Amino acid sequence: MDFMNTFRLALRALARNKMRSALTMLGIVIGVGAVIAVVSIGQGAQYLVQQGIQAMGTNAVFIIAGSSRAGGVRQGYGGVKTLTIDDMNAILREIPIIKQAAPSVTSRQQVVYGNQNWNTQITGTTPNFFDIRTWPVQAGSVFSDEEVDLAANVCVIGTTVARVLFADENPVGKTLRIGNLPFRVDGVLESKGQNVMGQDQDDAIFAPYTTVQRKVSGITWLQFINASAISQEASVAAVAPITSLLQERHRIRRGEDDDFMVRTQSDIADLANQTQSVMTMLLGGIASVSLLVGGIGIMNIMLVSVTERTREIGLRMAVGATESDVQRQFLVEAVTLSMMGGAIGIVFGLVGSALISNFLSWPTLISGKAIIAAAIFSAAVGIFFGYYPARKAAQLDPIEALRYE
Amino acid sequence: MAEQTTVLTEPNQTAATGKPVIRLENVYKVYDLGEIQVQALRGISLEVREGEFVAVMGPSGSGKSTVMNILGCLDRPTRGHYYLDDVDVSGMSKTDLARIRNRKLGFVFQQFNLLSRTSALENVELPTVYAGISPEERTKRAMESLTRVGLADRAGHHPSQLSGGQQQRVAIARGLVNRPSILLADEPTGNLDSRTSVEIMDILQTLNNEEGLTIVLVTHEPDIARYAKRTLEFLDGKLRRDNVVSNRLIAHEVLKTLPTPEEQAAEDAEDNARHEKMAKSDAAK
Repeated sequence: MDFMNTFRLALRALARNKMRSALTMLGIVIGVGAVIAVVSIGQGAQYLVQQGIQAMGTNAVFIIAGSSRAGGVRQGYGGVKTLTIDDMNAILREIPIIKQAAPSVTSRQQVVYGNQNWNTQITGTTPNFFDIRTWPVQAGSVFSDEEVDLAANVCVIGTTVARVLFADENPVGKTLRIGNLPFRVDGVLESKGQNVMGQDQDDAIFAPYTTVQRKVSGITWLQFINASAISQEASVAAVAPITSLLQERHRIRRGEDDDFMVRTQSDIADLANQTQSVMTMLLGGIASVSLLVGGIGIMNIMLVSVTERTREIGLRMAVGATESDVQRQFLVEAVTLSMMGGAIGIVFGLVGSALISNFLSWPTLISGKAIIAAAIFSAAVGIFFGYYPARKAAQLDPIEALRYE
Repeated sequence: MAEQTTVLTEPNQTAATGKPVIRLENVYKVYDLGEIQVQALRGISLEVREGEFVAVMGPSGSGKSTVMNILGCLDRPTRGHYYLDDVDVSGMSKTDLARIRNRKLGFVFQQFNLLSRTSALENVELPTVYAGISPEERTKRAMESLTRVGLADRAGHHPSQLSGGQQQRVAIARGLVNRPSILLADEPTGNLDSRTSVEIMDILQTLNNEEGLTIVLVTHEPDIARYAKRTLEFLDGKLRRDNVVSNRLIAHEVLKTLPTPEEQAAEDAEDNARHEKMAKSDAAK
């Protein structure tokens, strides 16, 4: 018997018990719908994180001062004093695929303006930091390289700081105090919102690194170098030469721990991705349990159907249906049931995730892969759970089956 | 009575002379029920020739059903050989037997076994579906077949819209659709009233006489067996008697003597009226 015939037969058999077929399909509909919705939500979250990381610049390379060891006592990251501005200049000079770099020295300080005060992070850097981070000012300007050389008391503030200290006043040109030092506000940065970890990036003040090193913290080293390579591939390729250059400069012998870390933007993206994928897979896994339950429902109904149609099976065998004809008929019926359920489930999943992103303003990303996987999976459920009932039908003895009441 | 019989029957049959269609050689069938073994057939040998009309008879447990299952290729003999159209089918695989059933055999059952909610035409088409025939050819053949049993005008009706006799005629059409060598009818009149039974026998006799179709009929009613040309009587798994039917009944003639459905209805109405009258008079007392 050819396939179209078998398929038509299956549709007719399913149409004969519409309510039952619909309820059986419902299991698969809910399973597939849940998987699609969960995966879209998970992928939406992943997309959000990726965007946040990309905002840091896809070509970024971070050099972080590592831990030092002094007589067996290790300090945390940023604790060593060996990472300097000379290291940064050496990297820029000797590794041509690194296009730009900006130092970072940070310090938490109490900041005062008028009768307002606020505790925030002061980051010492150079003007090209704002290029690397693609972070323009919305008012005023960024301090200049000359002011960095002079260790001038100037700064650029984030919107949160501006709001807290200045309220409705225009901060540009005003003078605020960091610790005991007066700083002139040169500019206000555009709002960047929260970073991937949920920190408010606008709660920050940036000043020349020389000023922060000498006047605020009283140190000579750096905690961080923000570098930018010529491309995303170059950022990954730059890790090895930067590492060996710094090892050489810091006189780290073979076998010793490095006193710095080199991370690219893709490393961080990978990490965040991994976390998100685990979440998505976990939720998807839970959702697919319902798909499994739907499959068992199909098996149950197919077994009932085989019993009900014992005489029909006997008759078909008597007039010439072979075992494989009968088996195919019931298998196609089960697969039709599960695939129709799968198709409806995909629609439900899409509508469901659209509703979620609409009402909960949670981004969802419809994944083509998830849809294809759901379609294949529901077919597989049909085959897997339809096989046993179909086999049972095919192995009926025609004489017994014809006599069945 | 004797006078009537001469009208309804034809002279004694002569032994058939066509080529053998069915040949059983020393066939045994043993059912292994674990602890006990049931000998359903004990060495059956018989031959059915082309154009014959054979009635298989016997009480229940005599082995007639087993013989029918073997003739119908639904079961295989434990020992011995079954030649169908000179091909030994006793050792064939299930799949091969399904092909044989499809192409060489037509089945008619006591319960009709029509698919419900499926039109008469589609019911008749069923065997052609498994024969790998094109859809147009299938419909054409099914229509031909329905025409042969006089039900062309009911092609679109579902079994529930047909009378018992009509349903059995659809079943016969289904049995004929793949142009089989033999039509196997298992108690085809068992669920029908006497007039309808004779109508079915009329169709079978016509197919046998006019088209030379070989028919094997199982029945436990001696009256029905008299429409065949030859009877095989089974008892205790053995073939006891193999007789040519003397004074064979001709269904076409018998029908003329039976009341038509309309007459029957009138008679029934009369009976009812009489019963009611009696009931009333009873009540009056």
